[in-house]
Amino acid sequence: MTNVIEQLINGLRTGSIYALIALGYTMVYGIAKMINFAHGDIIMVGAYLLYVFIDIFKLPIILSVVLTIVMCSLIGVFIEKVAYKPLRKAAPLSVLITAIGVSFFLQNASLLIFSANPIKFESIIKVNAVHIGNVSIAGITIVTFIVTSIAMVLLTSFIKYTKTGYAMRAVSEDKGAAQLMGINVNRTISITFAIGSLLAAIAGILFLSQYQSLKPTMGALPGIKAFVAAVLGGIGSIPGAMLGGLALGVIESISKAYISSQLSDAIVFSVLILVLLVKPTGLLGKNFIEKV
Amino acid sequence: MALLTVKDLSVHYGMIQAIKNISFEVNEGEVIALIGANGAGKTTILHTITGLVPASAGVIEYEGPCNSNLLKTPPHEIVSLGMAHVPEGRRVFAELTVYENLKLGAYTRKDKNEIEEMLNNVYKRFPRLEERKKQAAGTLSGGEQQMLAMGRALMSCPKIILMDEPSMGLSPILVSEIFDIIKEISESGTTVLLVEQNAKKALSIADRAYVLETGKIVLEGKASDLLNDESVKKAYLGE
Ligand SMILES: Nc1ncnc2c1ncn2[C@@H]1O[C@H](COP(=O)(O)OP(=O)(O)OP(=O)(O)O)[C@@H](O)[C@H]1O
Ligand SMILES: [Mg+2]
Repeated sequence: MTNVIEQLINGLRTGSIYALIALGYTMVYGIAKMINFAHGDIIMVGAYLLYVFIDIFKLPIILSVVLTIVMCSLIGVFIEKVAYKPLRKAAPLSVLITAIGVSFFLQNASLLIFSANPIKFESIIKVNAVHIGNVSIAGITIVTFIVTSIAMVLLTSFIKYTKTGYAMRAVSEDKGAAQLMGINVNRTISITFAIGSLLAAIAGILFLSQYQSLKPTMGALPGIKAFVAAVLGGIGSIPGAMLGGLALGVIESISKAYISSQLSDAIVFSVLILVLLVKPTGLLGKNFIEKV
Repeated sequence: MALLTVKDLSVHYGMIQAIKNISFEVNEGEVIALIGANGAGKTTILHTITGLVPASAGVIEYEGPCNSNLLKTPPHEIVSLGMAHVPEGRRVFAELTVYENLKLGAYTRKDKNEIEEMLNNVYKRFPRLEERKKQAAGTLSGGEQQMLAMGRALMSCPKIILMDEPSMGLSPILVSEIFDIIKEISESGTTVLLVEQNAKKALSIADRAYVLETGKIVLEGKASDLLNDESVKKAYLGE
């Protein structure tokens, strides 16, 4: 029983990181109607930036974290401006291929700078484990839960209550009508990329603190998993991305522990296929019924 | 005085020329009707004025020749010049509530008190919207959505309001109600450019009108004259 609870907690920890990343996929999809396949690599960029600030420049931890998050945001906005904006009216396939190209570019750039050898990194999160009865919860897990919960509450309120949040929702529904309201669509898309990349940077920092090792392809797998989480929850839906991420983390952890660690990825993808067969729009996806 | 002047406007969709060298003007305080059959280019003209569709040639002057050429103004800046557009098919934000839609109408306005006052005015004009302010706009009936689209446009306190077929798909009683409201909006000092299929109703509230056929203006004049024009009667009034 203790073991099951610990597996569940582990699953929720990984799941909440997936959820943070999935939010970026889902928001960008909702607003720019594109799958940003380079999104996962922002995790890697964030992890390397943190490493550079802390281990090479020897900056204080808090400052390094802030700089990492800000720079990832700016990089996200820059990528959108340079690579995706010129393709605003292009076929979806061209945009998709460009996104894959950007992903390769980021991975190869870090390969060039840092080489393929994994780099060790000592976790910046030094919180003691907590014991409740027989169950022990690692410090990194507690910090992950707190950080992701705060991020999600802030994001949800931002979208629900601020003027920019209103603009984002309007643009995701109807760009033309949003323009008629006086909303600058390009600016809104930039803000969306900034927020998505900011969340990916936080995910990268948490991820690095957990695995304590860096390599250029480290963003690929969590990126794909988070994309699956976004689709599972219903792409375009923000609560869907949160739910999808958590569900994915738990399924993965439970199947690793009780079925087979080799098959866990296969199980995760089977669950996705099953859900999509029953509900093609994902768990919380919209059914796209339009009133005429 | 001309508030809006369209000069030699041409619009293409790819190879197809939808608007062919059109000129017209809208004076301050007028209600101008733009009538014509399906596909004549009415929506295209409104979309070009507010920047949703690019023009291939021509000038659109707003508030006199020394002021802005709308074709050179970024679309999202047009509403703050005092021009609101109630688009064809309403295009309310279906997943947002009625209240949120109205707030978006005042997106470019800063003064909180003014926004609150406009909101009250809109609720007074359309009591139904106040009753449903927490409801998602997509769940409103067609007529209510039309009221919301109009209310949303009014939230920006426009000098001129462009309306694209506000009576489309509404029951006769609601059509009359919508036209009464357009008249009220005009009487409160707002200039109106109205696109309509319901030519009879449109001409009955308009000062002047332009008749559009396949991208060209074929007839223009005082609305009361056009109502009695034989060719208009035959083609658009079904008499
Ligand atoms: N996005 C588009 N791409 C290509 N052609 C278009 C597009 N929009 C409109 N057209 C064409 O331009 C012409 C004018 O269309 P427009 O929508 O302006 O007509 P309308 O007068 O508003 O008609 P209706 O009364 O049916 O609304 C039509 O022939 C239409 O097929
Ligand atoms: Mg039309």
